[in-house]
Amino acid sequence: MSAPSPVELDEPEVDDLVAPATPWVTIVWNDPVNLMSYVTFVFQKYFGYSKKKSEKLMMEVHNDGKSAVSAGSREEMERDVQAMHEYGLWATLEKQD
Amino acid sequence: MGGFSYHRRSKQIIATFSGFEADLLRSLASQLVELLRNEVAAPAESDDPLEALLDFSGPTTEPEDPVLKRLFPSAYGNDEEAAGEFRRFTEGGLRDGKARAASTIIDSLEEAGLPPELDEDGLVIDVELPIPDAEAWMRSFTDIRLALATRLGVEEGDEDFWDSLPDDDPAGQVYGIYQWVGILQETMVEALWAAS
Repeated sequence: MSAPSPVELDEPEVDDLVAPATPWVTIVWNDPVNLMSYVTFVFQKYFGYSKKKSEKLMMEVHNDGKSAVSAGSREEMERDVQAMHEYGLWATLEKQD
Repeated sequence: MGGFSYHRRSKQIIATFSGFEADLLRSLASQLVELLRNEVAAPAESDDPLEALLDFSGPTTEPEDPVLKRLFPSAYGNDEEAAGEFRRFTEGGLRDGKARAASTIIDSLEEAGLPPELDEDGLVIDVELPIPDAEAWMRSFTDIRLALATRLGVEEGDEDFWDSLPDDDPAGQVYGIYQWVGILQETMVEALWAAS
């Protein structure tokens, strides 16, 4: 019987691994045209959010003029903004404060 | 009236339009396709103010056209260079997608029996849309409403102004069409919820 000789592993550089990706957010802005039901539907359909969460975000857009609807890498947020434009919602992306 | 509903047995979204309504929808969708595909469209010249207002396929030589600006808004609020890059990579695809969605409306109506020229009274058009087509209709209703609202200058909470216009005011008539497409869209969203 023999035991495999232990392999010496370098300690991974933890700092590099957990460094958060630069946070970006997708903002949807209020407009006088889009229907509340439609905006809710789009959030549900595209982001896969529950109807409740989608309605909450829609109400934020409606009452506050805007809402951050998703967060992630810049590339991901560009995809989300593009999708929102596909649905006719007015969306921008920005770096999170 | 009526609008869209989900037909459980066939798993389709259905609606019934008069020939006039179907023809109007086709005309709105066609103008959207025209606007999206033809940036250098000649300015609309019409003596009929109703026709002129309904014609949003007007001059678009520069991206400053307010309708195109609303359909393809800047993705970055305060970074022009990033916004330009984003536009360069996305606008072509977005344009094609919106034109395809509008074409779906036209194709569905014509498959349902809308003739190239509407010339008979009492025509009834029954559309039966598979879910993906219904979603294309829904998205295109948004684009049509954004186009009409931008041309009219619709603002938040101005319903009373539009309602106060006399019946023969062309802007009021276009606003009526804008509202009608909104009602259609509302029933479409409800029907798609019922289907999911």
